[in-house]
Amino acid sequence: MAEVLERVTKIIVDRLGVEESEVKLEASFKDDLGADSLDVVELVMELEDEFDMEISDDDAEKIATVGDAVNYIKASQ
Amino acid sequence: MKLEGKAALVTGASRGIGREIALGLAKQGADIAVNYSGSEARANEVVDEIKALGRNAFAIQCDVSSSDSVANMVKETVEKFGKLDILVNNAGITKDNLLMRMKEDEWDDVININLKGVFLCTKAVTRQMMKQRSGRIINISSIVGVSGNPGQANYVAAKSGVIGLTKTSAKELASRGITVNAIAPGFITTDMTDKLNEEVREQMLKQIPLARFGDPADIANVAVFLASDDSRYMTGQTLHVDGGMVM
Repeated sequence: MAEVLERVTKIIVDRLGVEESEVKLEASFKDDLGADSLDVVELVMELEDEFDMEISDDDAEKIATVGDAVNYIKASQ
Repeated sequence: MKLEGKAALVTGASRGIGREIALGLAKQGADIAVNYSGSEARANEVVDEIKALGRNAFAIQCDVSSSDSVANMVKETVEKFGKLDILVNNAGITKDNLLMRMKEDEWDDVININLKGVFLCTKAVTRQMMKQRSGRIINISSIVGVSGNPGQANYVAAKSGVIGLTKTSAKELASRGITVNAIAPGFITTDMTDKLNEEVREQMLKQIPLARFGDPADIANVAVFLASDDSRYMTGQTLHVDGGMVM
């Protein structure tokens, strides 16, 4: 869990240029972290590469917060 | 050379305008994935011509209206070239008929290949181009998509749709360094236009201020421009390459 969150956090910080302290589980990519729709698509792409998995379009649309992403990755590992 | 080290995928590249664009890009240094639907032998000829220019090329069969098939084509292209810088959405068919006589499958077939195919190919390359933070997408529309043309409701609707799709993809992808532009060819001498009867040809010639039919190379020249850094400040545009037919 900690390891997944750490890796996800690093990607979010790199991609969205936010502070690590802002990346909380309940943080919404769009509302709290300043991401636009395309940023979220790119984040999902990077998560797929980082965790060597495929996230379907339907599932990707449900990922709105940091917690959503972490839980999705954990569930599919 | 303007496209040294670039990798391109050209759909419908075994014949006509697509073939000439594939060769045009290769002459400027690009490696080319030569897509074809049915003409395998002619696609292989294009590949041989490109290889003779010292560039890398391979032929790949794909029906652009099938999403799985398109996804595989793009995957294979990226695997072979390690990247993808240029997509030319050129594949197209005609099934002309008067509105009143046009069958539903004539409408569907043309929309599926000429419009849905552009959407599917664009969607499939976007991931790679976004990662690269650069890309050039060139959609081949038609001047009749701007002006309308009797007997071509399906083709005109598709080609007009391509212009709208070009503008929207340009707006969505601009922030990632990807430009999307369209070319609207006029009357270009190809297998497709050879099917038209003499009377129609005569009539069309009268409408062309530059007083000649276009050559596929006239389109390829513009495609090279749009694929190169020379056009870097243009996106969402449709260039009419039609001898002045529609202004």
